[in-house]
Amino acid sequence: MANIISDETIEYVGILAKLELSDEEKEQAKKDMGRMLDYIDKLGELDTTGVEPMSHVFPVENVFREDVVTNGDTREELLTNAPGEKDGMFMVPRTFE
Amino acid sequence: MDLKQMTAVELSAAIKDKKVTVREAVEVSLDAIAKKEESLNCYVTVDREGALQRADEVQKKMDDGTLTGPLAGVPVAVKDNMCTKGMLTTCSSKILGNFVPTFTADAVLRLEEAGAVILGKTNMDEFAMGSTTETSAYGVTRNPWNEEHVPGGSSGGSAAAVAAGECFFALGSDTGGSIRQPASFCGVVGMKPTYGTVSRYGLIAYGSSLDQIGPLCKDVTDCATILEVIAGHDSKDSTSIKREDADFTSALQEDVTGMKIGIPRDYFGEGLDPEVKASVLAAAELLKAKGAMVEEFDLSLVDYAIPAYYTIAAAEASSNLERFDGIKYGYRAEDCEELHQMYKKTRSRGFGAEVKRRIMLGSFVLSSGYYDAYYLKALRVKALIKKAFDDAFSKYDVILGPAAPTTAPELGKSLQDPIRMYLGDIYTISVNLAGLPGITVPCGMDSKGLPIGVQLIGDCFQEKKLLRMAYTYEKARGPFGLDKEGR
Amino acid sequence: MAREYETVIGLEVHVELATKTKIFCGCSTAFGGEPNTHTCPVCTGMPGSLPVLNKKVLEYAVAVGLAANCKITQYCKFDRKNYFYPDNPQNYQISQLYLPICRDGYVEIMTESGTKKVGIHEIHMEEDAGKLIHDEWEDCTLVDYNRSGVPLIEIVSEPDMRSADEVIAYLEKLRLMIQYLGASDCKLQEGSMRADVNLSVREVGAKEFGTRTEMKNLNSFRAIARAIEDERARQIDLLEAGEAVVQETRRWDDGKGVSYAMRSKEDAQDYRYFPDPDLTPVHVSDEWLEQIRASQPEFREEKIERYRREFDIPDYDIEIITGAKRMADLFEETVALGAEPKKVSNWLMGETMRLMKETETDAADLCFTPGHLAKLISLVDAKAITNTVAKEVFEVMFAKDIDPESYVEEKGLKTVNDEGALRATVERVIAENPQSVSDYLGGKEKAIGFLVGQTMKAMKGKADPGSVNTLLKELLSK
Repeated sequence: MANIISDETIEYVGILAKLELSDEEKEQAKKDMGRMLDYIDKLGELDTTGVEPMSHVFPVENVFREDVVTNGDTREELLTNAPGEKDGMFMVPRTFE
Repeated sequence: MDLKQMTAVELSAAIKDKKVTVREAVEVSLDAIAKKEESLNCYVTVDREGALQRADEVQKKMDDGTLTGPLAGVPVAVKDNMCTKGMLTTCSSKILGNFVPTFTADAVLRLEEAGAVILGKTNMDEFAMGSTTETSAYGVTRNPWNEEHVPGGSSGGSAAAVAAGECFFALGSDTGGSIRQPASFCGVVGMKPTYGTVSRYGLIAYGSSLDQIGPLCKDVTDCATILEVIAGHDSKDSTSIKREDADFTSALQEDVTGMKIGIPRDYFGEGLDPEVKASVLAAAELLKAKGAMVEEFDLSLVDYAIPAYYTIAAAEASSNLERFDGIKYGYRAEDCEELHQMYKKTRSRGFGAEVKRRIMLGSFVLSSGYYDAYYLKALRVKALIKKAFDDAFSKYDVILGPAAPTTAPELGKSLQDPIRMYLGDIYTISVNLAGLPGITVPCGMDSKGLPIGVQLIGDCFQEKKLLRMAYTYEKARGPFGLDKEGR
Repeated sequence: MAREYETVIGLEVHVELATKTKIFCGCSTAFGGEPNTHTCPVCTGMPGSLPVLNKKVLEYAVAVGLAANCKITQYCKFDRKNYFYPDNPQNYQISQLYLPICRDGYVEIMTESGTKKVGIHEIHMEEDAGKLIHDEWEDCTLVDYNRSGVPLIEIVSEPDMRSADEVIAYLEKLRLMIQYLGASDCKLQEGSMRADVNLSVREVGAKEFGTRTEMKNLNSFRAIARAIEDERARQIDLLEAGEAVVQETRRWDDGKGVSYAMRSKEDAQDYRYFPDPDLTPVHVSDEWLEQIRASQPEFREEKIERYRREFDIPDYDIEIITGAKRMADLFEETVALGAEPKKVSNWLMGETMRLMKETETDAADLCFTPGHLAKLISLVDAKAITNTVAKEVFEVMFAKDIDPESYVEEKGLKTVNDEGALRATVERVIAENPQSVSDYLGGKEKAIGFLVGQTMKAMKGKADPGSVNTLLKELLSK
C-alpha cells in the first residue's frame, strides 16, 4: 500500500468531518482510506496537462432569480422537525464563545 | 383480467375505460405489499390510508375529466431520498429517522399532478451510497427473483418493488448507476436521463453534479411516459435545463434501420461474467437483425472512471451531508453539553459505515494540500472522459453494453471489500460523469435464474434515440417475466 | 536604541447588500421580524433544497467593483466554504474563492498626510449567517435564521494601510461610495458594514511582512481605532520580548479594551473550498457590463464639481453635504422643490448637524422629507413664522417628520401680523419698562434690544422681530 494514513490524518479528517471514531473504526478507516487513495492515484497515470477541470458538464450559465419576495412566514413548519426548540428558535447546546 | 400483469400505461387506460377503479389498482399493490414485504422489505414507509384516500380523490377527478393523463390513477413508489410533504423521508439513514419534509420534490409533485398515487417510500442504500441496498439502516431489501440475492442499489427498493408487483412503477435516483444497475438485477426497465432533465429540487443530494432522478418500470413504453411527466424545467433548480424535445413518447417507434451501435471493447474484457456477456451480445445481434449497424470500438479511459467518480462523488457528498448535524431536523445524540461534542456524537451514531467512509474520503480529498492532486485532477479526468464520449458519439447513435459485470450477488458478499464493490459500477459511472442518458432493458437470465440487463447509452439530450432502440429491442425480444408468480 | 516599527494593515469589509430578498431564495431581508419568520427550506438548509442566485446581488457587486476601479471577472463561479457552526445551516457557506467577481482595484483616500491609493485585492459575493443568542436560563444557544442568506459582498484590501487614520479614511470612502450606489446603507453599529482588521508590524525598512492577526467584532470607528492601537502595541511587546506573533483570529472586547484569541481545537481552519455544483457559472457579457457602468450614479467627486457650478454655497458646505448620500439627496430634492440652495444648506449645516450630534443620529437615518423642509423654508420666507419658531418646528420634524404647515396651524405658532395686537403689546412693554425707555432716549441705542426681547417674549415668539423693532422706534420717537 503506497498511501499510509497516519493516526494524525484520521484524527484531522475526523475534526473536519465532525466524526468521532472508535479505535477499531479508526484502524479500519486508515486501511480503507489508504486503499482508496492507492486506487485514486491511478488518475496520476493520465496526462491532464492543459485540460480544464470540468465542474459542470453543460455550459449552462446565468441562471437567476429576480429580486422579488416570494416566501412568507413558515416558521411553524420549519420547526416541526427541530430536535430542540425555544421561543421560535432552534435550541442547541452552548457554543464555545 | 389480471391487473398485476398490466403496465402503468395499460392500467391507467383500463381505469379510464371503467374496467377497474383507482382504489382497486391501489389495493392490488397494497395486497402485494402485505404479502411480500415481510421477506422483501422494498419499502421504508407504506402509506396505506393516504394512498386509499388519494385513490378516491383521483378517481373523482378522472370521472369528471380533470385528470386525463397516461399515469392517472397508477400506484407509484418513490425512493426514500425524495422529499414528500408530510411523509417520512429517511434516505434509509438513522440520522433522518424522524424527518418529515415540509415540501415535495418537484419530480414527485409532477407525478401527483398527473394523478399517480403514492404508495410509500422505497428502501435504498443509505444516502444512495452503495450498490446493493445493504447499507440501509432499515434492513436489506431482497431480490424478488431469488431472495438470497441483493436487488442491486442504491435504488434497490424501487427496482424490487416494481419487479414484485408492489407498485406499478417507481422513481429512483442515479448517481453512478443507482437506477440502471438495480433495474438490471431485478429484470425491469430503468433510465437515467441527461443531467438537468428532471429537477433535483427535493432530491436529497449525494453527488450534486451527478444525481438524476429517473423511472424504474415494467417496459419501455412506461419509461417514456413517466419521463415525459417528470421531466421539465424547474426554476428552483439552477442546473435544470429547458428542453424543447421532451415529448419522449413520440420516440416509441419500432424502427432502428440505419442506426449505428457502438460496442466498446473495454466493456467486454476481464471481469465480465460470461453469461452476462453472451446475453448482452445477443441483444446487439437482435438489434442488428432489426436493421441497426453494429461495430466494436475502443472507448478508452474506462478504468479511470471509477477513481474519478469516487473522488468527485465523495467530495460533494462530504459537503452535502454536513447539514445533518442534529440542529434543525433528524436525529440528535442525547446528553451533549457542548456543541462540537453534539455534532460528533450525532453524526457518528447517525451515519452508517459506508456513509462515514465516503465522508472521510471526501473531506480528505478536499483538504488543504490535496485539493489539486485529487479533486481537481478528477475534474480534469472527467473532462477527458466526456471528450471520449463526444468522440464516440460522433460515430455512433448509441453505445451498447452490460449494466453490471455480473448478475445480482448474494446477500452479504459485497460489503467486506469496498473496492471490489466499487468496481461493480464500472459500466454505469462514466455515464454520470459525462451527464449522459442511459437505459437498461432486461435481456436474459443467467443459469441461476437471475435477470441480466443490457445498457444503452446515448449522447446528451438523445433520450429519444435510446427509447426508440430500447422499444424496438423490447418488441423483438418478446415478453420478459417480471415476477416469478406472474406474466 | 529602541527599534522603530511600522504597522501594516489590510481590511476585510463585509457589506450587506440592500436587496429586497436573500441571495439564493425569495425570503425577505427586512430587519426586525420575529425569529425565523423570514426563512424557507433554502436558507435553513433543509435537505433537498437548492439555491438560485438573485440577479440584483450580482449587479450590486459589479457596480461596487466598477466604483472601486476593479477588473470584473466576467466568468465567475461560486464555491462552498465548509465549516460547522450552528449559524450556518448547511454547514457550508456559499462564497467565492477561485473566481471572485471583482479583482485588482483601488480607492483613493485622503488623510492629513495627503492622498493615497489603497489597493482592493478582490470583492466577492457570499451569504450571511444566522444569529446565535445565548440563553442564560437554559445555558444553551438559540438559533434564528432570519439573517441567514442575506447577501454580502466582502471587500478585501491589500495590506496598504499604515495607521488607524488611514483605516478610518478607507472605510469612510467605501461607505460613501456604496451608499451613493444605493447598494447598502453601510451602518457599522447595525452590522450592515463589518470590518475585520488584519494587522502585522515590522521594523521600519524591513522588506518582509510580519506575522499577522485578524481582529473581529469591531462595531464602530472608535473600536477599530482602539483595537488597532492595542494590537500594534501587543505585537511590538511580543517582538521586543523576543517572542513570536501567532497567526490567529482575535476578538475585540470594546468594553474592556482588550482582544482575545479565538482558539479551538475543533476549528481546523481548513475550509475545503470547491465549486458549488448546485450553482451555474455567471457570465457578465461586455454588453451587460456596459449597461451597469452606464447606470452608475454620480459619485461624490462629481457631485462636488457640479455643486460648485450650480449652487452658490460655500465649499465647506459642499464638503459636508456631499459627505453623506442622504444629506446630498435631501439637499438636491429640497432645492428641486424651489427652496433657495443657501437656505437649504443652512438648515442642513446648522440645525440638522446639531441635532444629529445631539441625538447620535446617522445621516442615513434622517427621517424628515425634502417636501417638509421646503415648506418650512417657505413659511419663514413668507414671514408666516419667525426663525425662533422655525427652529422649534424643525426639532419636531427632525424627530418624527411632521408637516410643518399643519403643525404650525395646530399649535398656533403663526407670526402675529395683527398690527393692533402688536401695537398694544409694544405700548404695554414701553409702559412697563421706563428705565430702558429713558436709557434709549438718553442715547443708549442698545437698550432697544431689551425692549424687542421683552416684546417677543410677551408675543411668545410669534412676532417678526423686524416689525417689533420698527414699531418700537416709531412709538418711542413720538
